Amino acid sequence: MSVFAVDIPYWGQSLLRVLGGTVAVLLPAGTIVYLFLFKMMSFMQSRLGPMEAGPYGSMQLVAEVGKWLQKEDLQPLRADKRIFKIAPLIVLVSTFILVAVVPFGPDAYFTNFQAGIFYALAVSSVSVLGILIAGWSSANKYSLLGGLRAAGQLIAYELPMVLAVIGVVIQAGTLNLQQIVVAQNAGEMFGWNGLGNPYLLTQFVGFVVFMISVQAELTQTPFDMPIAESELVSGYMTEYSGFRFLIFFIAEFANVGVFSLIAAVLFLGGWGIPFSWFGWHSMGDVDNWMNIVGPLIMVTKMIVLSFVVMWVRFSYPRLREDQLQRFAWKVLIPVSLLNIMVTAVLKVIF
Amino acid sequence: MRCASRSWSAVVPLSDTGTEAPALPGDALRERIVDQLRDALGDGLVDSLVKPGVDVWVRVRTDAWRAAGIALRDIVGCQYFCFLSAIDWLPSPFGRGEDDPTAPPPERSTEIRQGYTGGDTRMQVFARVTNLSLHVGVTVKADVPDDDAVVDSWIPVYAGANWHEREAHEMFGIRFAGHPDLRNMYLPTEFEGHPLRKDFPLLARLVKPWPGIVDVEPLPGGDDDNEEGGGE
Amino acid sequence: MTDLLDRQKLSYIAAQAADARLNVELETEGMTLNIGPQHPATHGTLRIIVRLDGEQVVWADPSAGYMHRGYEKLTEVRTFPQVTTLVNRIDWLGSFANEVPFILAAEQLMDIEAPPRAQWIRTILFELSRIANVGLFLGDLGVQLGAITPVFLAFRDREYVLNLIEAATGGRFHPNFDRIGGLKDDLPKGWVDETRQVMKKLRNFCDEMENLLFGNAIFQTRTRGIGVIPKDVALQYGLSGANLRASGVDWDLRRDQRIPLAYDKVDFKVWTHPDGDSFARCWIRLQETREATKIVDQLLDGLPSGPVMAKVPRIIKVPEGEAWISTENPLGEMGYYVVSQGDLGPFRVKIRTASFNNISIVPWVLRGVFVPDVITILASLYFILGDIDR
Repeated sequence: MSVFAVDIPYWGQSLLRVLGGTVAVLLPAGTIVYLFLFKMMSFMQSRLGPMEAGPYGSMQLVAEVGKWLQKEDLQPLRADKRIFKIAPLIVLVSTFILVAVVPFGPDAYFTNFQAGIFYALAVSSVSVLGILIAGWSSANKYSLLGGLRAAGQLIAYELPMVLAVIGVVIQAGTLNLQQIVVAQNAGEMFGWNGLGNPYLLTQFVGFVVFMISVQAELTQTPFDMPIAESELVSGYMTEYSGFRFLIFFIAEFANVGVFSLIAAVLFLGGWGIPFSWFGWHSMGDVDNWMNIVGPLIMVTKMIVLSFVVMWVRFSYPRLREDQLQRFAWKVLIPVSLLNIMVTAVLKVIF
Repeated sequence: MRCASRSWSAVVPLSDTGTEAPALPGDALRERIVDQLRDALGDGLVDSLVKPGVDVWVRVRTDAWRAAGIALRDIVGCQYFCFLSAIDWLPSPFGRGEDDPTAPPPERSTEIRQGYTGGDTRMQVFARVTNLSLHVGVTVKADVPDDDAVVDSWIPVYAGANWHEREAHEMFGIRFAGHPDLRNMYLPTEFEGHPLRKDFPLLARLVKPWPGIVDVEPLPGGDDDNEEGGGE
Repeated sequence: MTDLLDRQKLSYIAAQAADARLNVELETEGMTLNIGPQHPATHGTLRIIVRLDGEQVVWADPSAGYMHRGYEKLTEVRTFPQVTTLVNRIDWLGSFANEVPFILAAEQLMDIEAPPRAQWIRTILFELSRIANVGLFLGDLGVQLGAITPVFLAFRDREYVLNLIEAATGGRFHPNFDRIGGLKDDLPKGWVDETRQVMKKLRNFCDEMENLLFGNAIFQTRTRGIGVIPKDVALQYGLSGANLRASGVDWDLRRDQRIPLAYDKVDFKVWTHPDGDSFARCWIRLQETREATKIVDQLLDGLPSGPVMAKVPRIIKVPEGEAWISTENPLGEMGYYVVSQGDLGPFRVKIRTASFNNISIVPWVLRGVFVPDVITILASLYFILGDIDR
């Protein structure tokens, strides 16, 4: 890859990829936590949020991270120590390996699998394992309840997510995320290419199903039964404190960011803006400056989508576990199956 | 129905079933309740008091306690269970803990004086039930035998009496026959004693006398003005 | 309503069968879980021991008493005016309302009637404490169910009411303002206009709550049909306040009892609901809050002038007798049975609190219910620990 028309050796590229991956995970986490959790939620609740640390509370993140890092490393006496320690890492690692497949520009990507979206969906279920073993190993009945609820919920909502994505795949004709981006930006809707072909408009049913499933995958309200603050205190995270809780915390919001990135790639046109605005027709035409502007566009789209996720999070009460399951199996899955059928039919016709 | 006059002098306790009730500034409703209970319980109804326009008190025999509850619920129509508790009529041997600790303890009467509708024993259970359609409530009392403090449980009559009887048992030591689960409500199981009995001291007042009593220490600076603290 | 009852019965039977089946076939026991005493959902230190079969409650037993302060014993060593201070702290969210029944009972024994202005102001402050108390309930309801936003709005609007109470009485939470024979002081200048403004704001708050929380489909799914308490069970256990009216019983002590407060001078609607489920209880409290603001407006319009304290002797000795007065407090029916033997202080005070009876129904209502529904039911029954434990 030659961003600045300079040849970077392979080890340099790998280093850049690792750094870029870390930034791509932690930057969204930090932004979402500060912007939405601290400030936006506060303003919506007619209060100011953290104001003490730094001007307008901007250093609150630093203060929080510092606070969590210096806490005592507590483990319950009867907890399964090794599994207890591994669980948060599993959840965080799944986020990192998920972001590896998200493209940020025509050449700014970490990996470019041919089966990109397939890999992403497969890997996103790894975090379920982390949550489940966190709940089990905590030797706490509340955590156990939370972990079991999480297992049921996260597995149930994988299906609508996958099915919603299939509509996108049918329309794009490929599983490769880069080509999905290109298909959206270079394509045209009913012969008009002024906006490209963002699957947000043509796959809006799929988009809605995907966002709801994402909300459930991230265990955000209204699907936060596994955490259920007023019942299970913190669900599977109850016994974690200090650095391990920080990892769960970061993983939760990093996941919000990364899933928003994937949703942006699938539905909003990814790193691109409609190619017709610049007179490009395919991937090869895209200029190099897109490699720098692309990530910025991605971040913007990510912020928009995580705004929606967070907004729903603190507006709605939570669904009960069986109501949640009923919603997934009886509503979301049939709707997304219908979406696939209609997409397939329309794809053949047009 | 609220009487214009609130003169208590017009109240006459109806204690004899045989005497003819004199004409009162009427409370036909409450008097009818007393009559209904008398019909249902016979001589289980020991005493009664009607304050016209205010309230009605009824005392029943100890073995008629549950029958009184059933009569109240079914015949008088008091479906609503308000509460059930007990009173210990022994005057407290500790007073109100406001005596001057330097003076000798004052003479205290040990005479047991029961309140409305009288009584023969030191402790009484009392309950209140309400008839929602007639907007009237009845306070019913019964003696608790001094030697063996047992009263029938009201759970078959009103299911809500469960917790109230547990509390009365814990606070007064009254056993309720027929209660399925008579254990302490508020206090730990190993707690000894029954706190609301008058001979159970309130330790806070024994350990440290109430600061608002007569100021016994001379004020600093040799000021002679010894202000009375009073109780307010 | 009948099919809700049937659902309740069926789930209870299912719970019993499940437990029996479990214990026989798999030889496993249900899981015993302690909800509380430290738990975000209980308003204080209430401990509920539940036996779970998966997520279904088979058996529940509340264990109260973590906050037992021995009020009934304490009143025996106080003089009558001192008991007011004590009694403020039973229901601490709407604390003026706790003083009123006791003062009225003492006044009944002394055969004193407070002047009309005092009665009206007492009623106004009583309704303000109701608004403060139930306003918090509406916010807290959201938090128990997972909606974390309404509680901030509730606290914000409750501040207005607390400022009013503080301006009139000097204390936000524990006013200690009622005296035998009247009130401690008259209202400050400009208080009446201020209160009118605040009532408008609170009506907006009620509308906001209705839109934000009650209209929400998820809220409806979580509360409709949950924790159904039929009418006869409610009467047997002595439920009161909104809980009783939610089961279809038309009983409101403000309207149905003659006590010397100004309720017979104002017009208000008593809200009932036939369902008896959690939604009914919550909804009725919302309507009652709005109704309370209207009552306050009417009272402010008709507030008579005059003294606020009747002629009472300086040292108050209440003649011998017994009196029972109960009022429609924010939590339900709160009453005092005051026994006096002609002394400076009471001989025995029985404090009948609403939450004690409201929570005594928990073992009955929690059978066969899911764990999240336990929280919903507790939230809708609405108790305050000081009220249960005294």
